[in-house]
Amino acid sequence: MNETLWSERQTTTWRRNVGLAEMLKGGVIMDVTDAAQAKIAADAGAQAVMALERVPADIRAHGGVARMSDPRMIEEIQKAVTIPVMAKCRIGHVVEARMLEAMGVDFIDESEVLTPADDAYHVDKYGFKVPFVCGCRNLGEALRRIGEGAAMIRTKGEAGTGDVVEAVRHMRTLLSDIRSLRNCPPEELMTRAKELGAPYDLVLEVSRTGKLPVPNFSAGGVATPADAALMVYLGAEAVFVGSGVFKSDNPELRARAIVDAVAYHDDPSRLVEISRGIGEPMTGINVSAMPHEDRIAGRGW
Amino acid sequence: MVAVGVIAFQGDFQRHLEVLRRLGAEARSVRRPEELEGLAGLVIPGGESTTIGLLMERFGLLHPVRNVIREGLPVLGTCAGAILLAREIEESSQVHLGTLDIRIRRNAYGRQIDSFDASLSFTEDEDGAEQPIPGVFIRAPRITALGAGVLTLAALNGDPVVVRKENQLALTFHPELTGDARIHRLFLGMCAP
Repeated sequence: MNETLWSERQTTTWRRNVGLAEMLKGGVIMDVTDAAQAKIAADAGAQAVMALERVPADIRAHGGVARMSDPRMIEEIQKAVTIPVMAKCRIGHVVEARMLEAMGVDFIDESEVLTPADDAYHVDKYGFKVPFVCGCRNLGEALRRIGEGAAMIRTKGEAGTGDVVEAVRHMRTLLSDIRSLRNCPPEELMTRAKELGAPYDLVLEVSRTGKLPVPNFSAGGVATPADAALMVYLGAEAVFVGSGVFKSDNPELRARAIVDAVAYHDDPSRLVEISRGIGEPMTGINVSAMPHEDRIAGRGW
Repeated sequence: MVAVGVIAFQGDFQRHLEVLRRLGAEARSVRRPEELEGLAGLVIPGGESTTIGLLMERFGLLHPVRNVIREGLPVLGTCAGAILLAREIEESSQVHLGTLDIRIRRNAYGRQIDSFDASLSFTEDEDGAEQPIPGVFIRAPRITALGAGVLTLAALNGDPVVVRKENQLALTFHPELTGDARIHRLFLGMCAP
């Protein structure tokens, strides 16, 4: 058995890309659909923006096939802000991913929020210079994506609902899966790898270190500063906010409040100040009352 | 044990805390002005300089940190931290702490696909031999001018990448991401002379 950890055997490109993910810890990444929104996000203190044509709530409302955004729209956002710009490609859409890389986006989100292009396989992310972030609902899914080369993991939640319950469930599931590996004797790890559907070397690393080898962020359903703080309390190292900002009453105030709430997630009296009088959050959809086929977190193989 | 604070709003502050603790320092997160009390040194980590600067200003840390640096508290700024320390930021009217007399250009090497690794010549102390140090440059800034008395401790293709003036040490790369702790050791030496 090899004594070095899986992550110690990775290329310098992979390490540098994980390094960028490290730089994005402790902050908020916001979905934006144009340059004006990107500026609002950056002025509020967002550490990065996700450029996409429609926020998830509108993708749900609009229906049809959701695809990579128009390059022009992404380029306008790249010109508008100095913080990192991320963009989404469909699951398994190698060509969209190549185009985003050619445009110099700083992170590609191979995202379940868009309609999958491949119903069996994800992009081989090792073939790229640009880093990828991928969603997960549990440890097996996280380690499959990391095994494909993802430099950042985000729990999926249920995007575009403003209901945090799925984000909570996925984060709790992931961390409980990790804890159970920690207490696992070595002879059980191969069977655990089989059950998780995850690469053995990554299972071995997680059982030794007690954490993922890449940063672990949260997404899908954050609508209030308290939701964002809750995700950090549960173990998220940063928070993605999709529809939560620009589907609310007052995006400027809410964006800033969510940034502040992540910074002071452990200070309830400050969270009270931060949350006071920031207008109505997005209306949202109660996930438990939602038809199963409308849920998108199940996309990902 | 020497107490060192790390500005912990955003960025890879956790990595700095880990390295400092490994070297035996008592490393603490700093997010409130009162947490500056009793520190022998302060680290401003990598991350997004606009975000860190904004939060420091919003939560009343910018002035107190500027003051303690001016009073001589040793400070280490890596990447975004160097931008925060700089007296002048190119193509920007913004200055955050402005305590270090350098001019700096943000994202000077391009986007993430242009990020790179380089081996740098670095001399730990005046008598020591030059030993290469691994430099991880991530959306890195470039120091484009040095004021009087700012020393270059390491350079890359003629650009200073480690500079020091008295109590201030600034780098455009990320020593906290590699296993090489010499920069942090040098900094701890400044904190407990």
